[in-house]
Amino acid sequence: MNTSLDIVVTNLESVPGRRIVEHYGLVQGSTIRAKHVGRDLMAGLKNIVGGELKGYTELMQESRQEATNRMLQQAAELGANAVVNVRYSTASVTQGAAEILAYGTAVRIE
Amino acid sequence: MESLFGLFVVVVLLVVGFSFGRLAESRHYASIKQREADTLNVPAVTCRRWELERPIAEASLAVGSVVVSVDYFKRFLTGLRKVFGGELHSYASLIDRGRREALLRMKESCPDAHLFLNCRLETSSISKGQGDSVACVEVLAYGTAIRFADGDAVRSQATD
Repeated sequence: MNTSLDIVVTNLESVPGRRIVEHYGLVQGSTIRAKHVGRDLMAGLKNIVGGELKGYTELMQESRQEATNRMLQQAAELGANAVVNVRYSTASVTQGAAEILAYGTAVRIE
Repeated sequence: MESLFGLFVVVVLLVVGFSFGRLAESRHYASIKQREADTLNVPAVTCRRWELERPIAEASLAVGSVVVSVDYFKRFLTGLRKVFGGELHSYASLIDRGRREALLRMKESCPDAHLFLNCRLETSSISKGQGDSVACVEVLAYGTAIRFADGDAVRSQATD
């Protein structure tokens, strides 16, 4: 999940085994993605037999990665080396598009 | 004549949905059960802390997600069920498969973890507003993967 930025990410209040020395406040990243027609068509066919819609799974994973990267970028700009208490949330903005939001607290750990 | 053809299409979709949907579901459950047994010694817990005071080597976020949909036959059944009300068993299995699959993917994304703390499950509909055309949900599982410095599995430590 971590990128080249080398920032520790957890969804706990702290990083276990490390001490927090400074708080930088909330950082967030979000992205809104729409499905493309090809994927939609395949999903429509897959919908007859049910099961996993791989195209959509990939799409959501890519967008979540993107949102996380933006959050980490923001944390790096603040000079943080960890983001704690990370949450994800998904909202459907308009038909066929989803917004993915990642947010957390940027901190500096020892 | 045209309405007869429409009826025929619906019947074919129902048969295809029922047979292939059932096959896919039983296969998926078999795979889920196998992988759950394999990852049994790596617990995923909703606690924020772990009682055992052991040195932790690494902590990082682990994420797993899946988008699943129901088959045509089950959607048809749901339509009937909506007339009488009550529990929608066909959707229960959809959500169950999704959650278990997402949890497994979260675990599999960090193969050398010993424990997953503060695990959360989130379900969202990504097909809102499209009516019956695509009925699917996304399940997201995430937590903090913990790797202990001494490298023992949690289960064996707890029973000692």
